Amino acid sequence: MNLHEYQAKDILRRFGVTTPQGEVVTTPEAAREAATKFGGPVMVKAQVHVGGRGKAGGVKFCTTADEAYEKASNILGMSIKGLTVTKVLIAPAADIVSEAYVGIIVDRARKKPVFMVSAAGGIDIEEVAATTPEKIRYHAVDVRYGLMPFEALELGFFLYQDAKLARAAAKVMQQLYAAFMATGCSLAEINPLVVTPAGDVVALDGKMVVDDNELERRADLEALRDVESENPAEVDARNHNLTFIKLDGNVGCIVNGAGLAMATMDLVKYYGGEPANFLDIGGSSNPEKVVNALRLITADPNVKAILFNIFGGITRTDDVANGIVTAIKSNPLKVPLIIRLTGTNEEIAMQILKQNGLSASSDMDEAVKEAVRLAAAASGGTAA
Amino acid sequence: MSVFIDQDTKLVVQGITGRDGSFHTKQMMQYGTQVVAGVTPGKGGQSFEDTVPIFNTVSEAVQASGANTAVIYVPPPYAADAIMEAAASGVSLVVCITEGVPVLDMTRVYAFVKERGVRLLGPNCPGLISPGQSKVGIIPGRICTPGPVGVVSRSGTLTYEVVYQLTSAGIGQTSCVGIGGDPINGTNFIDCLEAFERDPATKAIAMMGEIGGTDEQEAAEYVRDKMKKPVVGFIAGQTAPPGRRMGHAGAIISGSAGTAAEKIESFEQCGIGVAKRPMDFVELIKARLPKT
Repeated sequence: MNLHEYQAKDILRRFGVTTPQGEVVTTPEAAREAATKFGGPVMVKAQVHVGGRGKAGGVKFCTTADEAYEKASNILGMSIKGLTVTKVLIAPAADIVSEAYVGIIVDRARKKPVFMVSAAGGIDIEEVAATTPEKIRYHAVDVRYGLMPFEALELGFFLYQDAKLARAAAKVMQQLYAAFMATGCSLAEINPLVVTPAGDVVALDGKMVVDDNELERRADLEALRDVESENPAEVDARNHNLTFIKLDGNVGCIVNGAGLAMATMDLVKYYGGEPANFLDIGGSSNPEKVVNALRLITADPNVKAILFNIFGGITRTDDVANGIVTAIKSNPLKVPLIIRLTGTNEEIAMQILKQNGLSASSDMDEAVKEAVRLAAAASGGTAA
Repeated sequence: MSVFIDQDTKLVVQGITGRDGSFHTKQMMQYGTQVVAGVTPGKGGQSFEDTVPIFNTVSEAVQASGANTAVIYVPPPYAADAIMEAAASGVSLVVCITEGVPVLDMTRVYAFVKERGVRLLGPNCPGLISPGQSKVGIIPGRICTPGPVGVVSRSGTLTYEVVYQLTSAGIGQTSCVGIGGDPINGTNFIDCLEAFERDPATKAIAMMGEIGGTDEQEAAEYVRDKMKKPVVGFIAGQTAPPGRRMGHAGAIISGSAGTAAEKIESFEQCGIGVAKRPMDFVELIKARLPKT
């Protein structure tokens, strides 16, 4: 789960990191008020869960409160990579001597949290990694010991030659590490970490991604979720224990298991179609899940055909068949339905479907081909 | 022959009285797995299905039963501790089925099990099966049959799909190993490839990877540099959008890294046969098995 910049900064501040105290507002009037309160020049920053806000025009420097009003009215309501901006952060602008990057990720290969620090801050770290990798220093942390002071200081001296700045940066590393661990993050970064003319080391931007697996045991983190900033269908799916990701195609896919769901989408593409979504109904075969899955898929007007692909291992295919029948009875489909099921209780499932005027294939390849063909026909084209 | 488990595997089940644990323990026993003990704290002294003794701790269970393998069906908040308890008890293989273990928990667990020389499979995995000998986990037994192919995969149902097609085509398996869909897991592709290369009964390997991370790319280099047996591979997630977690916690394209295209390319460069569709495994494997 992504946190907003203002949420990440609140957490960092709690762990001792110096970061300008801003204010989150939802109207241009409130933006002017906040800017007036801060006095000097301010930054107006869109709070959306996408990278590249600045490039998209979602971050603006303002010298006056009136300008903050004007910029906030432009940014609020603006769409950045498909997400509408409903909140902006007003923060006092800082004078900057230098900009650095400090981040921690859970590194899959090393199986440890790994620091990435670079004196080339303020820009996309992936770009730095690709073009000038020598400017990045990596440091893997043994979680049993944590980040030791000497390690933090080594990282500090990689950023700054001045001992006072290096020590200040080392302190920020320790604080960031503590925040990262306590917040159950998979990523935490400060970009940029700046030095002000007064010689202070300050976090001007913060980003945190919380591991979704922490949320069940951490109500305090779940409470930070901004439902408004997510796709409504995906929120709906999560509330019904389904994993759903909306895509742009016209073949709706309902599959059990993440790997098979991805493979099914890929096969739709292989036969010239485009998947409308990723949807994993999981290992359990509760018929209610199937009903909710169909409701989600049929709500998407782009969907021209619906494909079920169920491999019954733990999942009982007769439960899925019952779910399909129940769903269709209460809400008849307007688009063709292609069912592939095989495995546990396959014969019973086929019987249930047949009694209700439906049919199913046991072959994944055939079912996908048919779904692509029907979706293309309904869209007025032909499959490639 | 097989890898990691065989007819001599003696299993202790952690969470044996839970909903999932009890269901799958029955399935494993039906398949022929030697389930020698169960663990549910507070239910020590009772027995499961009147035959399997239940203990309060894994350590007691292992001492009393001689178990050498543990399987874990406990809820995510307790799974990390359950893995470490198993690793400290004296078993040599720990299989964690539980999905949803926080990744920072896994950074501690990984260091703990490595230090003790214990093999961890998972978490968030379907376990493994050596057809005709033993199964540990949740892979449906009836889709497998003994034979010469080693199967290793990050996914559950996709593995079933491929194994089922192999079995339907008369191609059996030495072992099928699900390494799990999480970003940090105990056993990776290379560990399994190494075991299959050493196993004399395995003549070819089918591997199913997916987007996210670099495990498949490293495995491809391992195949090129260290292996003589033929390998056929598949990558799921060619149509996955970047930055989104595709069900599995580990199935995410970060920035421009971990895409299906880069993994397929490294397969091709390293001499791994690439299955474009799951159903392509049958022909590709057939062509690589020694003629009998």
